[in-house]
Amino acid sequence: MSAPESLPLDLEQLYRDSNVAGVLEALERELVGLAPVKTRVREIAALLVVEKLRRSVGLEAGAPSLHMSFTGNPGTGKTTVALRMAEILHALGYSRKGHLVAVTRDDLVGQYIGHTAPKTKEVLKRAMGGVLFIDEAYYLYRPENERDYGQEAIEILLQVMENQREDLVVILAGYKDRMDRFFSSNPGMASRIAHHIDFPDYKEDELLAIAGLMLDNMKYRLDPGAEAALREYIGLRKTRPHFANARSIRNALDRARLRQAKRLFEQRGAPLTREALMTITAEDIRASRVFEAAGEPR
Amino acid sequence: MRLTQGTFSFLPDLSDAQIRAQIEYCLGRGWAVSVEYTDDPHPRNAYWEMYGMPMFDLKDAAGVMAEVDACRKTFPRHYVKVNAFDATHGWESLRLSFIVNRPPNEPGFALDREEGAGRMQRYSLRAYAAERPEGERY
Repeated sequence: MSAPESLPLDLEQLYRDSNVAGVLEALERELVGLAPVKTRVREIAALLVVEKLRRSVGLEAGAPSLHMSFTGNPGTGKTTVALRMAEILHALGYSRKGHLVAVTRDDLVGQYIGHTAPKTKEVLKRAMGGVLFIDEAYYLYRPENERDYGQEAIEILLQVMENQREDLVVILAGYKDRMDRFFSSNPGMASRIAHHIDFPDYKEDELLAIAGLMLDNMKYRLDPGAEAALREYIGLRKTRPHFANARSIRNALDRARLRQAKRLFEQRGAPLTREALMTITAEDIRASRVFEAAGEPR
Repeated sequence: MRLTQGTFSFLPDLSDAQIRAQIEYCLGRGWAVSVEYTDDPHPRNAYWEMYGMPMFDLKDAAGVMAEVDACRKTFPRHYVKVNAFDATHGWESLRLSFIVNRPPNEPGFALDREEGAGRMQRYSLRAYAAERPEGERY
């Protein structure tokens, strides 16, 4: 049954009925920065809602390919967004269960001949109905060893990505340059991935906002001095080696929590308020080694 | 003679959509689903061959269906069944088991009678198909 061509269709109604709006709002609220990622998620959401409407009037077009590759520096939120993506696709009715199976090379590639295929297939079966997230996907392909079993895993992946795309979404993630090399040596993989999303590094303001969100979740807060100290800390930490964006911030906050606990512990006997338990002060942050001119950051 | 066994033995064969729905139910209950096949239809043949490992930690029936289809493709003229094992304490046994593939024609069983001491009769069932060696039966 197809509706007459001219009958007006209510996209707005469908949008409101699905819980897409809520999911997108949560994404906007809980993830800082990441403009290109959010744009792409919006586009995908729009496509899926429109697709639903098209299907309701008999315009079938087959499931769109939603395999993705996330590239970006460490700590830019690739795993977090992948988790969110699973929820979003579930909310949009694209994936049936909306769970995320996160794997690395070890989970897919076996150690001897004939070990790889069953291992990869088992992982694929577990991921069906949800999202398969392959972290550091470039390790699958080791050009220096032509007998490496990674190639076998890639072939099985490709087959399932092509034939069962309504059953699972594959997300590959990794650092940009290595992923580019991985794709250039596996053109089959590159062409089967419709969405290549690059995660930009966070700016200082964004990192500060992320720190705010993390502290909110952990039920801590910064006093004004600590906020200035944290801003300064981020500026310094960015220039140090092994800077991993949001992950570095989380580690810094964890260490500040340690120091806060130590400070409170050393003042025991003095009256303690709920307020004090929640507050991280400037000295907790300034005790970090990043503020010393020399020495490795902890 | 149509072989009937397991949970839905009184029903006509399930369609793929119905099989999927049953598997979905099993996975929802947290049961481990496995696929088995045989070409010996005898009712006392309780141990069928396993097609791959039982599947734990699955969330969606698509994985099992893929396995069922692969088994049907490999053994198009065998019996294939789907089992669901409940590992919870106190059950630790199969909760559901049903046939999902059968050979195109099933010759059925012969009833053998054996004369025992004092006119005693012993009865046994013998599948016509089982007269040929394994793998060539259907």
